[in-house]
Amino acid sequence: MARFARPSRAPLEYSRTLWMRLWVGAVMLFLYAPLIVLVIFSFNDSKRNVVWRGFTTRYYEKALGNDQLVEALFNSLTIAALATIVSLALGAVAAVMLWRFRFPLKGTVDGTISLPIIVPEICLGVAFLMFFARVGWPTDLVWPFNLGAITIAHITFCFPFVTMVVRSRLASFNREQEEAAKDLGASEWQMFRDVLIPHIRPALVAGALLSFTLSLDDFVITYFTSGPDTITFPVKVYSMVRFSVTPEVNAASTLLIVLTVILTFIALKLQGVKAIAETH
Amino acid sequence: MTGQDWKTNRRVFAAVSLPTLFWIILFFLLPMAIVWLYSFGENRGLTDIEISGTLDNYKRATEWLYLTIFGKSFAVAALVTLICLIVGFPVAMAITFANEKWRPWLLLGIMLPFWTNLLIRTYALMMLLGTQGFANKGLGALWEGTSWLKVLAGLQPLPTWEPVPLLFNNFAVVFGLVYVHLPFMVLPLYAALDRLDRSLIEASLDLGAGHFRTIMRIVVPLAAPGIVAGVMITLIPALGAYLTPDLMGGTDSQMIANVIERQFKKANDWPFGAALSFLLIYAMFILIALQSMRRKVPEAH
Repeated sequence: MARFARPSRAPLEYSRTLWMRLWVGAVMLFLYAPLIVLVIFSFNDSKRNVVWRGFTTRYYEKALGNDQLVEALFNSLTIAALATIVSLALGAVAAVMLWRFRFPLKGTVDGTISLPIIVPEICLGVAFLMFFARVGWPTDLVWPFNLGAITIAHITFCFPFVTMVVRSRLASFNREQEEAAKDLGASEWQMFRDVLIPHIRPALVAGALLSFTLSLDDFVITYFTSGPDTITFPVKVYSMVRFSVTPEVNAASTLLIVLTVILTFIALKLQGVKAIAETH
Repeated sequence: MTGQDWKTNRRVFAAVSLPTLFWIILFFLLPMAIVWLYSFGENRGLTDIEISGTLDNYKRATEWLYLTIFGKSFAVAALVTLICLIVGFPVAMAITFANEKWRPWLLLGIMLPFWTNLLIRTYALMMLLGTQGFANKGLGALWEGTSWLKVLAGLQPLPTWEPVPLLFNNFAVVFGLVYVHLPFMVLPLYAALDRLDRSLIEASLDLGAGHFRTIMRIVVPLAAPGIVAGVMITLIPALGAYLTPDLMGGTDSQMIANVIERQFKKANDWPFGAALSFLLIYAMFILIALQSMRRKVPEAH
């Protein structure tokens, strides 16, 4: 019979059907083709960057020689590092609070902590613009203190993600370990440092990577909180894109894509593909 | 809810709660409160804003122009969500039923663009969709090919190819938003499908239902919470999208976030911008309330 002539597959192996493979392939192409074209055209020896005119690394030299761009990249990395450190501490502590204690208005506090994730970026950006204008936040501080406003804004939307990740990890913590530590005479601090922290370490790594990329990625909120002296990389690229489409923008973008890929590989090395996939 | 009562260990509770509460009150609730108060204010002179308790800003937001922009933002966000669902569902299915070795890599493949800078992804699409970009060249080649085939068949050739405007219009905005938000849809769908009891699907297939019928009658109802979660996770950011309509849209593709931005960066009408911001936030709350009404047991994301 004809139907037995088809290659045999178990009924649930949907991923082995041809149209399913084509679909996934098409989606991957859709997701990656624009980025690949962008990277290829960063080597294009043409100012208008529509037709391929030969290989050059000139635009990388130009991008790296662009002081404003390099400064913006440096600012972005500084903000991301600072925001990650504070978000980790704040997020972990908030997660421990919500996991360990019962207290009045707990539901409200819990909901409020996850609000910065839900509130649209544009509204958060507007809120920080008005807040810093209202409190008269100084804008003429020396580096890196002039990045304070942006860093504060970034921490506010990063730390709830850390709380979320750490909390789901804490759910698997065996409270008997805590009891054991206490019985053996550990103080609260020792218990926290030697028992709880090692348990939540994978979540902390995931949270740190998440915070770092979220901070590095953010355009909208930064756009509203940055001043003329505190340009970040996305804000700089935005003004370049608005102005014109040049290979220099491609080169700068490629550098950031490479950075993202490197970060992803560090994450893979630290945690393995499976763990990374599960944190989302 | 289990857990220790806060009174039994006040010192530790203070150590873990004070930093969190301090931050969330000072750097989140206070800024939001300022926006809320300003939305009842009016401009006095160039920089002075008086919080006079007026409702004029909200009244202005109900003008036809702004209502259409709100309506359009909803329509665009809903369309984007629907397309993401249709495109993303088979992908999530494929990942769920892929073999152990491939699954993490497929997931990573979906997640990597999600980690790449939004601005860069938007710019990459702009390059591709421009009048001289690859998308237009590809379409042009198809057109020429068809024309050539018609000539071969002895018919009139097609008129010369004119590049179609793929950028700076509503199409570009929807396309761009789908591109950006697709991973948001696939990941929760996958999480829901992965938890599914496979024996139910096998039973349905054994009892003679086709694959399509099994998916519609068994998989979709069982994965409903994940589908709702995916819809919300896509709909909410799409509704408040700023960058994509700003860079890829035309003059008639303004979404609500662009109007808000204009009040602050160009029109300098902060009270009106504040009112629009809060209307957007209220819209989100309504969406979330609708979602939690559907599900009796709220699930932590």
